[in-house]
Amino acid sequence: MTSEKKHSVLEVSELAIGYISKKKSTIISEGINFSINKGELVGLVGTNGIGKSTLLRSLAGMQPSLQGSISINGNLLQDTSAFQLANKLSIVLTETPASKNLSVLELVSLGRHPYTNWVGALSETDKNIIQNAISATEIESLVTKKCYELSDGQLQKVMIARALAQDTPLILLDEPTTHLDLYHRASVLKLLKKLSQENGKTILFSTHEIDLAIQLSDKMIVMTKEDTHYNSPTELINRGCLRYLFPKETIYFDEESKRFVMKN
Amino acid sequence: MQTQKSYSIHFIVLLLLLAVAFLLNVSLGSVSIPFNEVISGLFGGETSKSSWQFIIFDYRLPKAITAILAGGGLAVSGLLMQTLFRNPLAGPFVLGLSSGASLGVAFLILGAGIFGGALGGLLLSSWSLVIASALGSFLVLLAVLSVSFKVKDTMTLLIIGLMFGSVTAAIVSVLSYFSNAEQLQQFVFWSFGTLGNVSWQGIFILFLCVIFGLLLSFISIKPLNALLLGENYAKSMGINIKKTTLLIILATSLLAGSITAFAGPIAFVGLAVPHLTRQYFTTSNHLILLPAVVISGAILMLICDTVAQLPFTEYTLPINAITSLLGAPVVIWLLVRKRKLLF
Repeated sequence: MTSEKKHSVLEVSELAIGYISKKKSTIISEGINFSINKGELVGLVGTNGIGKSTLLRSLAGMQPSLQGSISINGNLLQDTSAFQLANKLSIVLTETPASKNLSVLELVSLGRHPYTNWVGALSETDKNIIQNAISATEIESLVTKKCYELSDGQLQKVMIARALAQDTPLILLDEPTTHLDLYHRASVLKLLKKLSQENGKTILFSTHEIDLAIQLSDKMIVMTKEDTHYNSPTELINRGCLRYLFPKETIYFDEESKRFVMKN
Repeated sequence: MQTQKSYSIHFIVLLLLLAVAFLLNVSLGSVSIPFNEVISGLFGGETSKSSWQFIIFDYRLPKAITAILAGGGLAVSGLLMQTLFRNPLAGPFVLGLSSGASLGVAFLILGAGIFGGALGGLLLSSWSLVIASALGSFLVLLAVLSVSFKVKDTMTLLIIGLMFGSVTAAIVSVLSYFSNAEQLQQFVFWSFGTLGNVSWQGIFILFLCVIFGLLLSFISIKPLNALLLGENYAKSMGINIKKTTLLIILATSLLAGSITAFAGPIAFVGLAVPHLTRQYFTTSNHLILLPAVVISGAILMLICDTVAQLPFTEYTLPINAITSLLGAPVVIWLLVRKRKLLF
């Protein structure tokens, strides 16, 4: 390890998230603190409706946060324009592309948008970055296909390739493993691990794959009703933070096997 | 946006088709003029009869140019709406834009009687027709758009568009009830749609409106491409959604409004041409689609007008009827063949 202080890519302090309407603001979760360093893969887990998507949307600037601060590469999110943010952060959402008529190559190349001229002409550098994104996600055989021809797992990889082509230090993914079978869930998460290790990307993904997330993540954010914990998976297990993730009547966390087990 | 191949051959084919459709359109009409006479007349030579010169320059040529402007412009407004609403069934006619334009024109023509003759005559210049019609379509589009922010479901949106259409049609009926026969006839003829009644001065105005609308569309190419992924993705790539939406709305209402003002409400061109173009150009890139849709729209409109003209007879059918007769089967064919319309 180098002695210099690690570079924090995403820093969140005393964050409260929720929805603001004309009449009142509804807090979904508050007191969220974490700081993610460059090249780390971070899994975000919690039960349905606990606010994982809301947290990701707040971090991506898609909805305002209620309190606290978010800084990306040391700059406060509220001081960052949408255009500047597009150079720092890319997203993979649960929603599929609006047009299923896009070809894979067209879709991935859309990731270069923040860097191209007014008609979106691609330079040689842009094309190289697109090719790299395609080979890193191993979708070379799909480039000529249209989106409506892809399986869920293939489409997910294509969306990750688009985020890679956007060439941002930080990538946020909202449940990238939903609708996938075990093999594809594992392969998408392994891809994320590879991107964080080899390409130095900082990646935050929400997931219901807690077992896989424990095995692969450098750090994890565990959201519960009472609190939000941030630490390495082993440390979280040792402190018993995963124990109360779900109501304990049905399912419990077995700390030895690092798995959730059905209660008989 | 990176596309697999270059489409220059496709464009050459389209331009050739456009030339053929144009020549066909100018050489066919109620009066039979030999083809070589038409060609020499068009390129400034003498024709055997001076009346032929007159027919070509003061009737057929303006009509063909109006067809090109109207077809290209309507097709582009359809493409813009399909991408903006991310709905393959969107188009100026379906979303009530044309009925909005009708309402504007109805207020102008039929309202002229209610507000008195002198004022009425002053109101009925080409410009006021354009302004009323563009304003009508702009207001309907704004209404549809404001609803679309609340209703995310695209099917609901289309139904709401149809409802707006019904409301405007009802208001037009009420206006018709209170106006005199002469004005009513004027309005009914306008609503049949015709490309033949536009003067050179009118063409100049239409040309300015269409060119400006196309310019606005061309500067929106990049955000339009981003919108193909959906609003959230577009935003995350630094696209200013509000500015883009406003630009697209301005372009659409300018195009649909001005064309409807001069040629009457024309159905199906805006809906069908973008889909036909996507069948031929297998790309979603607006940089390629936009010019391709302009040319295809112009070709289709020239063909429709040639048919409407009923060559060698004295009759001219309403252009709106012809575009519907040709356009509706095309949309049905696309739906049946692909089972699903994609945009």
